[in-house]
Order: sequence, then C-alpha cells, then structure tokens
Amino acid sequence: MKRMRVPFLPAIVALLAVLAAFPILTNNPSMREELFLVFMLVTLASSINIIMGYTGYVSFGHIVFFGLGGYFAFYLMQIQGWHFIPSLIVAAIPSAVIAALIGFPILRLRGAYFALATVGINEAMRVVFNNWDLFGGAVGMFFNFSVYTQYGGAKAASELAYYTMTVVAIATITVSYLIKRSKFGLALMAIREDQDVAMIVGIRPSRPKIAAYVISAVFPAMAGATFFFKNGIIEPGHAFELLRSIESLVMVVLGGIGTVAGPIVGAAAYEWLRGFLITNPALANFQLFLAGLLLLVTVLFVSSGLVGWLRERFPVLRGYVP
Amino acid sequence: MSLEALIPSAIDGLMLGFVYGLAAMGLTLIFGVMRVINLSHGPVIALGMFVVYTLFTGPLGVNPYLGIVAALVIGLAFGVVEYFVALDRVINAPELTTLLATFSVNLMIIGIATSVFTTTPRAVDVSLGSVGIGNVTVLGTHAVAVLVAIVVAAGLYGLLFRTRVGKSIRAVANNRAAAELMGIDSRRMLALAFGIGTSLAMVSGALLSTLFPFNPLSGTGYEVKSFVIVVLGGLGNPTGALLGGIVIGLLEGVTTVFIPVSWVPVLEYVIFILILLVRPAGLLGARA
Amino acid sequence: MRPTRIVAIAIVGLVAAACGGTTTPQASGAPTAGGSAAPAVSKALNIGFTNSQTGAQQVASTKQTEGIKLWVDQVTKAGGIKLKDGTVLMPKVTFYDDGSATDRVQQLYTKLINDDKVDVLLSPYSSSLVKAAAVVSEQNGKVMITAGGADDATMEQGFTNIYQVYSPGSKYLTGAIDLMLKLDPSIKKVAIVNEKDSFSVSVVTAAKPYAESKGLQVVVNQGYDTGTTDFAPFINQIVAAAPDAIIGGGHLVDGTAFAKALKEKNVSARFVALLVAPPEPTFADIGDAANFTVGPSQWEIPVKYNEAAAKALNIPFYGITSDSFTSAYRAMFNSAPSYHSAGGFAAGLILQRALEDAGSTDPAKLRASLDKTDVMTFFGRTKFSTDAKTHGKQVAHDMVYIQWQKGSDGKLAAQVVWPTEAKTAEAQLRK
Repeated sequence: MKRMRVPFLPAIVALLAVLAAFPILTNNPSMREELFLVFMLVTLASSINIIMGYTGYVSFGHIVFFGLGGYFAFYLMQIQGWHFIPSLIVAAIPSAVIAALIGFPILRLRGAYFALATVGINEAMRVVFNNWDLFGGAVGMFFNFSVYTQYGGAKAASELAYYTMTVVAIATITVSYLIKRSKFGLALMAIREDQDVAMIVGIRPSRPKIAAYVISAVFPAMAGATFFFKNGIIEPGHAFELLRSIESLVMVVLGGIGTVAGPIVGAAAYEWLRGFLITNPALANFQLFLAGLLLLVTVLFVSSGLVGWLRERFPVLRGYVP
Repeated sequence: MSLEALIPSAIDGLMLGFVYGLAAMGLTLIFGVMRVINLSHGPVIALGMFVVYTLFTGPLGVNPYLGIVAALVIGLAFGVVEYFVALDRVINAPELTTLLATFSVNLMIIGIATSVFTTTPRAVDVSLGSVGIGNVTVLGTHAVAVLVAIVVAAGLYGLLFRTRVGKSIRAVANNRAAAELMGIDSRRMLALAFGIGTSLAMVSGALLSTLFPFNPLSGTGYEVKSFVIVVLGGLGNPTGALLGGIVIGLLEGVTTVFIPVSWVPVLEYVIFILILLVRPAGLLGARA
Repeated sequence: MRPTRIVAIAIVGLVAAACGGTTTPQASGAPTAGGSAAPAVSKALNIGFTNSQTGAQQVASTKQTEGIKLWVDQVTKAGGIKLKDGTVLMPKVTFYDDGSATDRVQQLYTKLINDDKVDVLLSPYSSSLVKAAAVVSEQNGKVMITAGGADDATMEQGFTNIYQVYSPGSKYLTGAIDLMLKLDPSIKKVAIVNEKDSFSVSVVTAAKPYAESKGLQVVVNQGYDTGTTDFAPFINQIVAAAPDAIIGGGHLVDGTAFAKALKEKNVSARFVALLVAPPEPTFADIGDAANFTVGPSQWEIPVKYNEAAAKALNIPFYGITSDSFTSAYRAMFNSAPSYHSAGGFAAGLILQRALEDAGSTDPAKLRASLDKTDVMTFFGRTKFSTDAKTHGKQVAHDMVYIQWQKGSDGKLAAQVVWPTEAKTAEAQLRK
C-alpha cells in the first residue's frame, strides 16, 4: 500500500474537476445533466462502499439517508426560507445523528439480519414521511418557481446544484481514500474479515463501525439535499426509493467492492449503460432483462468487479489504483 | 373507530395471514437451507398470479384452482433452474453476492413480464359466494385460500419430516459438509430446496390472484411483507413463518380499528426492527 | 484463468463494444424540409417529449404517445401547419423512454432542448413525471403543453411556460358529487377512502370540503399506502358506518381491488366513484363487482363536443370531431382510443392552433397566444389560467363520468353518464 508512485488522490480529483468543468466550458447542458447524475451515483456508491466494502455490512436500505437529507434541506429552504448551501450543511447534521442512533443497535446485527434491518428502516421512514404533515405528507413539498430568482434564475440554480454535487462527490472520494489508507480503515477491514479476531487483537468494533456508518450516511444526505433542490419537488416515494438503494449496491459490485476506484467506475459504467439501453429503440423493451443478465454475469464470473479484475489481472496496477 | 368492525376485521386479517404465511414459508425455507435471501421472491409471486391468469383466460379456461396445481409444478421447475443458473456457482459466497444474483433474476422476470403482460391491472373473476353471520362475512374464496395454504403447509411438513428427501434437505441445512460425508448430494438438495421455496411463493401468488387484482409489479409489496413475517417467525423457520403470517394478518386487521390505516405499516416495520434487535431468532426461537 | 471467466469477460466486452455508438433518438413523422418544389418556405417543427415504454406508467403513456403520433400523421398528410407569413411547419417528433423515472425525465428533457434543439415540448405521462419535465422546460424557457398531468400542485408553482390540457385533479371527484346528488338528493353520509399518494390526496383535499359544503357528512375518512390490495379493514369500517356513498380510490390495481372487495362484502352504498381505475377496459375483469362503479375520465369516445356546442358557448371550434378522431385512431393502431390517447392528440391540436395564431415558434409569441386561448376541440373546452399563481392551469375543461352498467345482453359496458349532452345511458344507483 505504501508503494504508490503516482498519487491516486490528486490524480482522480484533478480528473473529476476537469471532467466537471468540461460541460460548462463547452456550454453543453445535456452533458452537465448526465454528469450531475453520475456524480450523484458516485457519491451514493462510494458512501455505501465505506460501510459495505470496507466494513462488510450490506446496507441495503442506505438510500434512507439520501431521503432524510433531501427532506431536512427541503424543509429548511421551503418552510424556513433558508438559502440552499446552509440548508445542505445543516441538513447533514440530523441525518448523521439519526445514523448514529440507529447504527448503535443495528450494527450489532450481522450479515443478512443487518441487511434486512436497513430495509425495514428505509420502509418505515418512507411511511412516516408519507403520513407526516409537517413535511407535506403524501403530497410532499414543492418550491414555487420564483424561489430560484435568489440564485440568479432557474438555470443558475441548476448550475449551482451541479457544482455542489461535484464538490460532494469529490469530498466523498477523498474521504473514502483517506479512510482506506488510515489506521481507522485497517480497523474496519479487520472487522470485515473477522469481527471476533478483530476483537482479540484489540479492536473494539462498535466505535469504528458506528463512525463508518455515520460517515457513509453524511454524503448521501448531502446528495439528496442537492438532488431535491434541483428537482424542486420532494415526495416520499422518490426520496426513499428502495430500488435506487439496490442500484447503488450494483454499482459498487460492478466496479469493484472495497476499492476506492471501483464505485467511481461502477457508477459511471452503470449510468452510461442505462442511458444507452433506455434510448436505444431496439433494446428499450428488454432493458431490464439485459440489465439483469449483465448483473448476473458480473456476479457469477467477475465477482471482484471491473477494478478488482484489472488489479488481479495486472498486479502492477495495484500500486496505482487503490 | 368503532369496535363493531373489530371482530370481522380480525377474522379477515387472520384468514389472509395464512396466505401471507405461505409465501413467507418459501422465503424462509430457502434462507434456512442455504442462507440466501431470495430477492426474486416478489416477481415469482407475481408469476404465480399470471400462471393462473393465463390458464384461466386462455382458450381452455382452466379453473383457477387447477391453475394453482400448475403453479406448484411450474414453481418447482422454475426454482430448480434458477438455482443452477444463478446460485450454484456462488452458493458459498458472502450474502451480498447471492443477494445480487437473485436480484438479477428479479430484474429479468420483471423485464419480461412487463413487456408481455404490460402493467394493466388484471383480475381472475372467481366467486364462491359467502357466508354471513351477523356483521361477519366470510368469503368462499378466502376460506378456500386458507384451506389450500394449510394443505400445502402440511404437505411441506410431510415432505421435510416424513420422507428421506426431506431428511436429506434438513441434513444439508444443518451441516452441509457433514451431510456430504454421509453421501448426500448436497447440490441436488440445495436445488430441490430452492425449487420448493419458489414453488411455495408461486402457489401463494396463485392463491392471491383469486383474491385480489394484480399486475407484474404486484409481487414487490408481498415480498416486503414476507421479509417482515420471516423475521417475526425467525429466519429459516417455516413454522415460524406461518405463525408470523397469521400474526401480521391479525395485526393488520385489528390495529386498523384503533389507528389510521396508513400508519399500520409503520407499526409493522417498528415491530420488525425490534424483533431483529431483541429476538433475532424470531418469536418462536430461543432468546438471543 | 478459467475458461468460463474468459467467456464472461468476452460477453461484457461485446456488450460494451455494441454499446459504443451514440444514442439514437426515435424519430417519426415527416422528413425535414425536403428538396421538393414547394414554393412556400417549409421548415421543420421540432417537437420533443419522453414517454414511458417501461415501468409503472407504460400502458397509459403508450396510449398518449399514439395520440401524438396520430396528430403528427394528420398534420403531415394535410401538408403541414401553415403560418400567416407563408411558412409551412412540418412536425418532426423526437422522443425517448423515461422508464417512468423522474431523474431520467429531467435528463432527457435537457437533452431534447439542448442537443435535439426542439422548438416546443409535449409532456410525459403521469403527474410526477410532468412535474419533473416542467421544471426543465421552465428553466430553459421552452413552452410545454402537458397532457397526462392532472396534479393541481404542479400548476401552482409559478410556472410561465407550462400549459395544462387535462382538467386538474381537484375536479375529479367534485363532479362525481354533483352527479350523485342529482341522482339521489337524499344521500347524506359519505365515506372517503383514498390512496396516500400525491395525486389522490390532492383530489380528496378538494373533494372533502366540497362534499361538506353540499351538506354531506363524511363518516369515514381514511388513506391507504400505495400498493394496498387488501381492503377488508376499510370495508369493515365502512359497513359499521353505513354510508350512502363511497368515493376515493387511487390508481389502477388498488382501485380495482377496492371495487371487488365492496361487492364481495355486499356493501350497500348506493353510489361508488373511484379514481383512475374504472375507465380502464380491464376493470371489467372483476365481473359483477364492476357494475355501477362510477369513474372520472378526461374524455370518452361518445362525448360530443362540436360546432354547435362551441357556438352555444360563443367560442370557436377547432380541429376534427370525436368520431373522426376515433375512426382514424382505430385505422392507425387497430384499437380503441382511451382518454390518454385523446389527451395526446388534443395537446397537439392546441399547439397547432397556437402556432397558427402566433404565426411563429417564438416562445414569447406562443405564450401570448396560449394565454388568450379559449377554444373547443373534440376533447372539450380549453382555457388556461392567466393568474400569476396558477398560470397555465386548465380552467375550462370538464370531466366526463363513466359508469359500468350491465346491458340487456348481460355484458358489462362503460357508459358515459355525465355530462348530460354526451351521455350514452342514464346514471343508476347501485343495487
């Protein structure tokens, strides 16, 4: 791990920054939209990778934090009239607190039990928000379009959302990288490999686990805040959509679980493939089938994902791609 | 809310609970034998509905209750094939792998079913009359569904505890390596167990099709409900699943008399999470 | 390396290679300004939208797209849209599959506006997708005529470029209450049971105070989670409260399940009106349980909006009649049109009229023309709100109510029972 020659982090951050600037410089809004989604998915996949890839906990209902962040930020903007950026930052706090509170009991569960518990939490949150009038209940909340004038118009607001998402994605990757290279990261991986052995060698698993869970909750919360700010509407069904959660797991596995680069590659590949299937007239009818088939082939034959496979195939890469 | 509704709601909930329980038994059997949470469970339930629907509306106009038998057989075959295609290679991998393998089957089934059947709602129009006593009305279709559920559940018991094959399946569930040393072909038993689990899901779907309208996406709701039930009864415990189904059905019936119906799922999920935390072995299981 | 693994990688690689091309939009309609000897200046009119070829909205969305395709076909055969300055606009539609997903809608509308350079937009199907598309067209200052989005909330967001052809959701059940009271003024107690989702809740939010203002007493008022099919808990409460009428519902599967349960449990209410599900032909799958159920619809085949009806209101009539729409639709798609199909076609007609009136595709001129539109088409009357708060909301279109009735041949048929000018049968109380 210490033998890295080309520093991965500056390289990937520079790459993403250049990529992010591209649609702005070339004035290409559709590419900007595409990248907005990719950065959002990179954030979701990289966050889930911290708890799932490093620590070994399959957080199936992880999208709950995306929804919570979205709802808290929307509440601050819509009901309290706050600006987007402070709303985003403040909304991450209750999301983190909730992660700590639920993480404390449920991280004692292992394997399938933990996965099922996270599904239950996400579904419970969805129904609670569906019934809670403070947050608009089933109708949800929506902006009056004039809200965007304080950001210089709707177009400028969606650019602001784009920059924000870029920053959130880069922050997620940076944190993910730093964790992997830290002692904290080593503790997480020891927990993943064998919790009982980890305890014997002196790691008290509950603290690092909860810390990892909270960290992995904060970034989706910010992504949710940004997504729904740009969307202009938030509804329970879209905020706590279990399918989006499963999709993020798929991206992690597609790219390479437990690696820093894997979720980035997986998210980009997944989004590109989905976009291709959905706009291709011959395949649109079979897109779900083909997506399923591709996933199955990956899971069965390339279980370490694209990045993992490359690292196995070309060991020299291991020094470059964490 | 009025207490008048309490008795009829309790009875309705109880009866439906048997069908929920049957679906959950399939899920829990698979988990118990091979530690796999089957994410293709929901779409398979929907397939069971469409087996009955297709036979019923087809040229032969097959009676829906014969359709249930067809669902049983098709489910078994489908499950065995699914096991060898999607699971056999990764059966010893961590749970994430098997979750995603079965989820990929989920995507494929939904993809094909929505292009073939579209998402228009369908219904199997079957009526067996009803019996009314006071304000309690028991529907023929629901009563038959309970009977079928009981018969199938009893059949599963007979199979697991009274036959050699059942003994082998239980041996594989307990300790695969030891079972293999005893000369049991564990792959065949795993495939068979997956087939039986899938078959149970299809039969419950077939039964549901005689009760409620549906479309290819309808399985998802029942799948999430099955998760709740399975945890309530203890993961891997078929008796627990049947009991869990009855408890959930009863709960849905009774609580709606006291709290707004839209809050009932919150209660269910809270119970679900609490059981996981406090008694992960389920209501019937030993204390954790 | 194991051979299977190589095969797998090869498959992934092949797929990747096959995917290498750029995305291809599905275009249909007239070729762009051809080299024919037409003396007038012929220009392409680029129209964009998304539809749901997959996902939950697939059925209705496909019908809506067919309506749009028929409109394009008719305009093309008529030689295009002729403007006052002699320019002829030939419509060319570009559409993509949104998979019934909102984030996908936003991405594709951005693509339509910026890459495909569309002049005007039509809408996807369903309230939440229309909302998502509206935000993008508003950001880009493109005019969008919506069909398939009936939500009131969408049109109360202060948009300036969005025009709604459908009657808004708040009108869905208020008309049913009028019909019910006309049919039986002695009805006093009503039960409201609706899906807890954005659309159904906004419908009921308007219907409940309306019912109360008419002196009705709401004896049950409950919501259910999306995807519910077991209605026994509601039915038992309804039986206990013994209402004269039941209104509510939500979408397709749940509404059908609700009607079925009402019949099975012999609920004696005299009037039942449910959202969305009843106009669907497969509603009859539930057999006798469908009988007497009333449902709101935006349009039905027998509806007769014509020159005479327009004259009576002192507004112009535009486009073809309902009969010729239906026969042309049958000829092209070999199936009967639903109200979704009519909505798609109507959105095209309204756009066509606004283009002719404005004489330009310039958004500002189009908006000015649409703001003063008050016209009758085969779909009914169309007039948009010009109030800043609800700009673009439909204010003149009327709902049609259908009721399933058993004919003398013993077969179930959906009859139009309201408005009176278009009815094919008298409304009946449940027996």
